[in-house]
This record gives sequence, C-alpha cells and structure tokens, in this order.
Amino acid sequence: MAESYFPIMVILLLSAFIGVAIVALSTLLGRNRPSEVKLMPYECGMDPIGDARRRFSVRFFLTGMLFIIFDIEIIFLYPWAIIYDKLMFFGFVEMLIFVAILAVGLAHVWKKGALEWE
Amino acid sequence: MCEAARSILVVVGVLAGAIAIAAGLIWVERRLLALWQDRLGPNRVGPFGLLQVMADMIKIMTKEDWVPPFADRAVFVLAPAIIVVTALLSFAIIPFAPGIGVVDLNVGLLFFLAMSSLGVYSVAFAGWASGNKYSLLGGLRAAAQMLSYEVFMGLSLMGVVILAGSFNLRTIVEAQEDMWFCIPQFLGLVIFVIAGVAETHRLPFDLPEAETELVAGYHTEYSGMKFGMFFVGEYIGVTLISALVVTLFFGGWNGPVLPPIVWFLLKTSLFICLFILLRATFPRPRFDQLLGFGWKVMLPVSLANLLVTGAVTLARG
Repeated sequence: MAESYFPIMVILLLSAFIGVAIVALSTLLGRNRPSEVKLMPYECGMDPIGDARRRFSVRFFLTGMLFIIFDIEIIFLYPWAIIYDKLMFFGFVEMLIFVAILAVGLAHVWKKGALEWE
Repeated sequence: MCEAARSILVVVGVLAGAIAIAAGLIWVERRLLALWQDRLGPNRVGPFGLLQVMADMIKIMTKEDWVPPFADRAVFVLAPAIIVVTALLSFAIIPFAPGIGVVDLNVGLLFFLAMSSLGVYSVAFAGWASGNKYSLLGGLRAAAQMLSYEVFMGLSLMGVVILAGSFNLRTIVEAQEDMWFCIPQFLGLVIFVIAGVAETHRLPFDLPEAETELVAGYHTEYSGMKFGMFFVGEYIGVTLISALVVTLFFGGWNGPVLPPIVWFLLKTSLFICLFILLRATFPRPRFDQLLGFGWKVMLPVSLANLLVTGAVTLARG
C-alpha cells in the first residue's frame, strides 16, 4: 500500500522544486533599484496612515468558526457515502437524523444573524 | 527500479503539461475575452500573437522583484510558492486515460479536497504578510470565501461518491460508462462548478482581488514573477477544476471513436472556455451577497441533493 504513494512523493518534491526555482529565478534576474518612495506601502499614492496591523471585522472569525463546525460534520458524511450501498435503509434513516440536526444548527446560526453582514 | 523510473517520467510529463497549459491559457484567455468583447486582443508577437506568452514571461522575469521592508519576509516569499505547489499536487490524482495518470489512489477525492484546503494558506499568508491594508482585506476575504465554498464543494461530491461507491477517480470514471453523472447529479454539478469558481477566485467571484476597490487585493505588494505565480496558480487551478468536472460529471475519458486521451482533453478545454466565458459575462457580486448565497442557498441545496440521491439509490435497490 505504501509504495502506491511513491509517485505522490515524487510529484511533491518536483512541484516544490518548481515553486522554489521560480521564486529564486525571479529574485536573481530582476534588477533592484530601491528608492524611498518605492519602499512605502502602496496606498493609491497617498502617504500611508498607520500600519496594516489593525482591527478587522469579527465576521471573518465567525465565518471561520462556521467552517470548522460544518466541515467537521461533513467529514462524518464521507465514510457514510462510501458504504451507502451496504447500509441502505438503516444508513438512510441515520443520515436523515444527522442532516436534521445539521439543519437545526444552520437554522439557529441563521436566526442569530451570524450570516448577516451589516 | 523500472517502475520508479516510469512514475518519475509520468510525473515530469504531467507537471510540464500542466505548466504549459497554464502558460498557454494566458494567451487563450486574452484572445477569447477580446473575441467576446468585440476587440482583437494580443495579435502582434508571432503568429496570432502566440508568442505573447514568451514576451510576457521575459518581461515579468526581469522586472524588479522586491520584498517590502515592512513585510514579513519569510511568509511573503513562501505564499506564492504554496499556491503553485498545491495546485500542481492535485494533478496527481487526475486519471487522463486508462493507464495514464500519476497515481491510482483509493482516497483520490479526499486528496484533492485536502490540497484545495491548503491553497487557502497561500492567499491568507500573502494578504497578511504584505503589511498593506488592501492586502489584508483581500487576504481576509479570500480566506472567508475559500473556507465557505470548501464546505459546499465537499458536499456536492458526496452524491457522486454514493453513485460510484468509491473515492477512486478511476472507479468513478468507469462507473460512468453507461450514463454520465451530470444527469443524475445535475445539482451536484452546478454546485461544484460554482464552488470551483469561488475556490480559484476567478471572476465573477474575484472579490479578494477586486481591482476596482482593493487595487489587487492580496497581491498588491507583489512584483516580478512572485506576482506572476499567483496567476500561474490561478490558471493551473482553472485547468484542475475543469479536469475534475470532466472526470466526476462528464464521463472522463469515455467517448466514441476518438482515443480516450483526446476525449479527456477536448472536454477539459471546453470547460476551461466556459470559465473564461463566465468571466466575460457576469458582474461581480458584493462580498456579503457572495457569502450569504453560499450559506443560505448552496448549503441547504447541497444537503437536499445528498438526501435525494440517497433516497433514489435506496428506491432503486
């Protein structure tokens, strides 16, 4: 079984090499003439106000949390889907219950306004 | 030893092919967009402007490639490499034709999903490490969008897995000999394509880059080929999603008369053109509309699709 992963290792090494090679080539071939204005963060030509390490909307965190919850729930669906032809009726009823719980969770999140971006 | 040499050769071939297609797509996309917008597009360098790709490569390679002094240096350099590497890695599981393919993995689909999750790191790192406000916003948007659509992408594939009874892409293609899965899994197909566009952040879902509001989003501070790598990664991603749509929903290499590999390439090219047509057609939604559509429409629909597929499979015994 392990040897079937040999090509994966080859493709991993080769594509990592390609990635590193392109970055290195670009650094080597490009010329380098820095100037004071060029070294400022780009802000449409204005002098930047403050730096970029600042507060941002909590909605992004909420989306991340929703992703974790739903993705973990969906992980349980993968093994179910693959042996569905053996589980049949039992599997279907089990999944109805599982998806119902998922739907309740989604409805709760929706009602609490976690999906709204105001 | 012979086995090892063969797999190394196949890997080199697949990687070279993927990069060549990605480079060629730069020209194809510009010509096709020009066609649909009633202009000419690049037609000066070489026959039909075909050498435009070479000219662009030379230009972008010799441009000043700077790392901003206010950026997080290591992460800044790492980010563009990640997107190219993860996109190239996913090609390992694509079955091009019977006997042609890098690896015959029994967890093929899971491997693809894992790699596309890793792609999120690239844009999130790039946006954060740049130390630019536009980049930060672009990176955050990219992370939220890619994470959300990852969920629906995984769900939309479950119907295919139920019908084929396997994660192995070869088995999935062989299961489609009588009927392509685009018919019983039409909803799954639609969800997968929409999620694929959002995963590769192509127009109309290119909000992380949205040049009218965020300049260039997460790659505002990039220059030279580091900037170019985000585009190479994007084009490889488009090719990958097209190849997967063909494999999962349109019978892969199955087709009459012509050899299997030709069918596979033909179908894949068709879907690449569809991606470009999407870009030429649709306006960009707002970010809240994009995420709202995902969680309020795509998620319930894909769950319903899963249940209906289960019920139908049950009824047919």
